[in-house]
Amino acid sequence: MINSYDDLSPVQLDVLKEIGNIGSGNAATALSQLLNRSIDMQVPQVRLMDVADAIESLGSPDKLVVGILIRLKGDADGMIMFLLEEAFAKTIVTGLTGERPFSLYEMSADDISVLSEIGNIMGGSYVNAIADLGGMTIDMSVPALTTDMLGAIMTVPATELSEAYEKVLMISEQFLIDSVEIQSDMLLIPTVESLRTLLGKLGVADQ
Amino acid sequence: MNKIIVGISDQKLCKSPDVLVTYALGSCVGICMIDKALGIAGLAHIMLPDSSAIPNDHNKFKFADTGIKLLYDSMIKSGAAASRITAKIAGGANMFATTSPAMSIGDRNVEATKKMLAKLGVPIIASDTGLNYGRTVSFNAADGSLEIMSSLKGNKTI
Repeated sequence: MINSYDDLSPVQLDVLKEIGNIGSGNAATALSQLLNRSIDMQVPQVRLMDVADAIESLGSPDKLVVGILIRLKGDADGMIMFLLEEAFAKTIVTGLTGERPFSLYEMSADDISVLSEIGNIMGGSYVNAIADLGGMTIDMSVPALTTDMLGAIMTVPATELSEAYEKVLMISEQFLIDSVEIQSDMLLIPTVESLRTLLGKLGVADQ
Repeated sequence: MNKIIVGISDQKLCKSPDVLVTYALGSCVGICMIDKALGIAGLAHIMLPDSSAIPNDHNKFKFADTGIKLLYDSMIKSGAAASRITAKIAGGANMFATTSPAMSIGDRNVEATKKMLAKLGVPIIASDTGLNYGRTVSFNAADGSLEIMSSLKGNKTI
């Protein structure tokens, strides 16, 4: 019986990692179709981490990043948080709207809506992986986006987690687009109860 | 002058001319106290409003109610006079405006902070709270100035 993330067995962790792998594959395919370019992807790193360790591993707390937050409801509750660095945001935005100077410090409303939609599409890739494998129905909120210090953005999952659960599933992906390597980090944070439901549906509740 | 870093759910004291720094306050609140006459300053970085809501969490620095009381006690213990202690506060942002519940955690943190400082009789002489962006703060024990830095919204000193 899962009462906290600490109770996960190696088998259950492997199942979660596999969901991360499938979601990343879906996300790369979606990005490739959107940008109409071939995208190579390395095997994503999927780690279950304490919130504090996750923040630390992501870099300096005052680094400027784009944070995209999607809330999940339905058979699974929780949140998805994408953290995109400037190189990733630039590749996506200029790839879709044309080459030009791009800076996180000077994004237009159009740039922001492009990135929100990317968050939506990538989030959907993971949520569909979970929903398909688990035979579940999961609703995604409209993505909310902000550009700010990494540490400040991470207070959102960190504070909500403090009130209920402490660990996040961190999926770090390296994409290679036209020989430019870009990285995105995604935090997948189901509530413990949703995790229990999911593992049950996947038949590994007691393994 | 030394720069002393205060982590999340942590607090520290220093003496003039040292400076206390905490990075990237989002919905968290930074509470700065000082006895200017003695140059004794303290900074607490709290994450959540109410320790009684999460009884199995024993990190008292994490919560506004217990963290602020501990910071005040440390100030007094190191010689600060209760009658001279003043406070400045910053943070308590709502990072993602559209998805917040009725009252955001940032607002609740600010409210709990004000309530606890009032209870201790510590006046808040300046504040920069709320809105929707992160803040890095630097509190100078020499003069009690609080420098507030943001990524996209400029810097200011209160």
